[in-house]
Amino acid sequence: MIKRLVGCLFLLALALPASAAFDVGQLMTDLAKNKGGKARFTEKKFISLLDKPVVSSGEMSYTAPDRLEKRTLVPKVETLLLDKDMLSIEREKQKFSINLANQPEALAFVDSIRGTLSGNRAALEKNYALHLSGNADKWVLTLLPSDQKISALVLRITVSGSRGLVRSIEYLQADGDRSVLNMEPIASK
Amino acid sequence: MNAAGRAFLIWLLAMLAGAVVVWNSHFSADMSFFLPGKPSPTQQVLVDQLKEGVVSRLLMVAIEGGDAAQRAAISRQLHGRLEKLPEFVAVENGQAGSLDADRDFLFRHRYLLSPAIKPERFTVDGLRDSIANSVDLLASPAGMLIKPLLPRDPTGEMIELLSGLNAGAQPNVSEGVWASRDGERALLLIQSAALGSDTDAQERAIATIRNQFAESRQDAGVSDARIEISGPGVFAVKSRETIKSEVSKLSAISMLAIVAVLFFVYRSARLLSLGLLPVVSGALAGVVAVSLVYGTVFGITVGFGAALIGEAVDYSIYYFVQSGRLGAAEWRARFWPTIRLGVLTSVCGFAALLFSGFPGLAQLGLYSLSGVLTAALVTRFTLPALAGNDHPIRDLAHLAPPLKRAIGILQGLRWPIVLLTVAAATLLVVNRHQLWHPNLSALSTVSAEDSAADAALRADIGAPDSRYMAVITAADREAALQAAERAGQKLDTLVAEGVIGGYDSPARFLPSQATQAIRRASLPAVDELAARLQLAQADSPLAANKLGAFLDEIALARAQGNISRQTLDGTSLALAVDSLLLQRPDGWSVLLPLRPPGGEKGVDIDIEPVRAALAGSGALLIDMKVEFDRLYNDYLDEATLLSLAGFVAIVALLAVTLRSARRLGAVLLPLLLAVILIVAGVHLAGEKLHLMHLIGMLLIVAVGSNYALFFDRAGKEQRLDAPTLASMAIANLTTAIGFGTLALSSVPVLHAVGITVGPGAVLALLLSACFSGKDGD
Repeated sequence: MIKRLVGCLFLLALALPASAAFDVGQLMTDLAKNKGGKARFTEKKFISLLDKPVVSSGEMSYTAPDRLEKRTLVPKVETLLLDKDMLSIEREKQKFSINLANQPEALAFVDSIRGTLSGNRAALEKNYALHLSGNADKWVLTLLPSDQKISALVLRITVSGSRGLVRSIEYLQADGDRSVLNMEPIASK
Repeated sequence: MNAAGRAFLIWLLAMLAGAVVVWNSHFSADMSFFLPGKPSPTQQVLVDQLKEGVVSRLLMVAIEGGDAAQRAAISRQLHGRLEKLPEFVAVENGQAGSLDADRDFLFRHRYLLSPAIKPERFTVDGLRDSIANSVDLLASPAGMLIKPLLPRDPTGEMIELLSGLNAGAQPNVSEGVWASRDGERALLLIQSAALGSDTDAQERAIATIRNQFAESRQDAGVSDARIEISGPGVFAVKSRETIKSEVSKLSAISMLAIVAVLFFVYRSARLLSLGLLPVVSGALAGVVAVSLVYGTVFGITVGFGAALIGEAVDYSIYYFVQSGRLGAAEWRARFWPTIRLGVLTSVCGFAALLFSGFPGLAQLGLYSLSGVLTAALVTRFTLPALAGNDHPIRDLAHLAPPLKRAIGILQGLRWPIVLLTVAAATLLVVNRHQLWHPNLSALSTVSAEDSAADAALRADIGAPDSRYMAVITAADREAALQAAERAGQKLDTLVAEGVIGGYDSPARFLPSQATQAIRRASLPAVDELAARLQLAQADSPLAANKLGAFLDEIALARAQGNISRQTLDGTSLALAVDSLLLQRPDGWSVLLPLRPPGGEKGVDIDIEPVRAALAGSGALLIDMKVEFDRLYNDYLDEATLLSLAGFVAIVALLAVTLRSARRLGAVLLPLLLAVILIVAGVHLAGEKLHLMHLIGMLLIVAVGSNYALFFDRAGKEQRLDAPTLASMAIANLTTAIGFGTLALSSVPVLHAVGITVGPGAVLALLLSACFSGKDGD
């Protein structure tokens, strides 16, 4: 009992200074201020089946609140466009579109990025439990899926950044594979 | 037995025989009315598609009311209920799991289905490239989807297969089922087992959907939910209802109005019944003739009865009113020749329609011709015997003075009328490009609202409209599939060039046996494959030793039998194949629907490159819209030709009978003026002309000539006596009522004839009076 109480106090002590200065609400406000921009990205996928990670890179651009374009240049040119709930992928001669509303799991997955970029707390909390650490200049937001269907695919999403900028997103998949997406903003003119 | 008794007996027997024929007749209100009687090969495709094509069997369902979750619940309920019924071959609402069987089929048979399967695919280089491509794809956002398949399908055949399918327009999904774009309606796409041309079965299918919906709604506890159903079947059922209700309504209106007129004139129940005798006989004879010649009687044809009543009753009016004081023999001598000529001109007009390739028109022609002819013959041969000489008719002399005054006034208006006609003609010439309705929809009974509701639902659900199609015919199934594969290769090039967005082919899911054999032969033996994989994957992040499952899959594929049509059972792909690969009495045909490129290139396909690419492949390229327009234009050209021929026949008949250019001119002038004025009037009223207006013009001449001829006769005799004048006025009134009733119809075919001939007949009488020789009085 005492042990538990101490534990609680300890947790409280840890949480208090952070929440006083910086909490999820504050982060969301900062993120929501970011109306869009461009970034260079590098993505590494660590897949157990493969002996080495798959690396891809290119450019991303975001326009608040729900348009996200990811243009992969290496290893293959590929454009992914998320416009509202339509996800279209163009690769070589092929182009296909998915209405994410058809795929609740995929939508939840996409919402993790979109909700973070737009600072939409409600959208995030619909599918994830949020844990924030760090301060406004260097924060880490951890999303833990609350729905079993989603946690069957993704165990944890870790987003980190500073102020209203997202710097990296890491997905840990249920099968142990993971991917890390790093972003470096390109100053807009 | 006296003469009257004998005449009545013969008439009665004929009527009874007719009634037997009518009793056994097949009535139809479907679109065969509009479809070509002797179609060209291209038109045959059109007709087949409309009558039995998949598109003709699609029913689109929208559920409204409640909230999204409630609508989804009803949608699932309805899906579950309808799926079990044999009336429906496919029920789709987008719910999860519904495509599992299809996906499993594609995956299991991917090595026989994938167009990429060639011997080169399994060489060391081929394996290295295709597997490297799959690994690259892992980097893509789509990677998550393919990762679980990678060990079993490292060369990416499933991706290869899926990319050929139409992933384009998928309906929106809300609460796990299809929904409209605004999210306010849940959607289902249903395919009936019954053919689109089987209106009875379509009606039953639609009723079943409604009943099942009512129960689903109850189960879901959403009392305010509503259902909307659209599609060709619904249109067919609605059109039939419209035609059915209009046929009885119009005939009743026409009959009642005419009976009222006759009663006013005769004031005698006996004369009234006798007067209707030729009408009833004519109407019956019309149906009998059509039934015997065509086998099927169209509802619209029967609807034309309203006009026939008005026209056929004229003869008995002439007889009773004109023969009142003269007696039957004198009437035959003095008036019958004029009436007979009038009957013959009417017959010429209707007979012209008999030669039409538009079945509806030919039927209308035969129906009216037999009806008018019978009515005239019954009037001439049966009526006098039945009526005897004892048919005292109320003195109508008091009608004459006002009528004569009216004629006098009209005769004073000759120049204004000529000027008015010149103005009308000028208007028509100036506006000649805006006069005509451009396509067959002008004749369709489908209302504009229904058509708009259908278009909205179609857009939401992404249902195919199958405008463009390549059609191949072959002797047997294998040859048909091989031809489809050859055409498919040419179409692939067009897809790559962006000329077309894609295409469907039965060979995609059921390749020809030859192609399956070639693909299977491309698969290497497992040991050989293992050795090649080692070499190919030496530097790859995906090591060969992780691809054991791939070797098993190839071994399985080599051992597996060919795909046959039966293999597809239980998947929705079976339906796709059946709808695109059809057995005909004389062989097999393949339909390859082409999809437009979409995006900024729009919804039209640039047809020439496609035609060029398919040249020599034996595939016939069809643009349904163009075919429809061409069909309509053919009908229109033909109707123009027939109208002219009918007109020429009438003129020739009159010329031979009248033997005087002056008299011929005097008869024709008012009729031509009437036609011009009526057409201008219809145009000014904002109606677009279509081919039935054209037929109406011919009928103005054919029917109107009856009145002009009386004036001609009066001119010859130098007098226009009171009974003649009264009979003309009354006969004209009944004709105008008969045709005028059709103008009330919402069936365009009937409306157009009514709106031209109704007023046209009156105008023909007035103008004939106006231009008749000065009455000596």
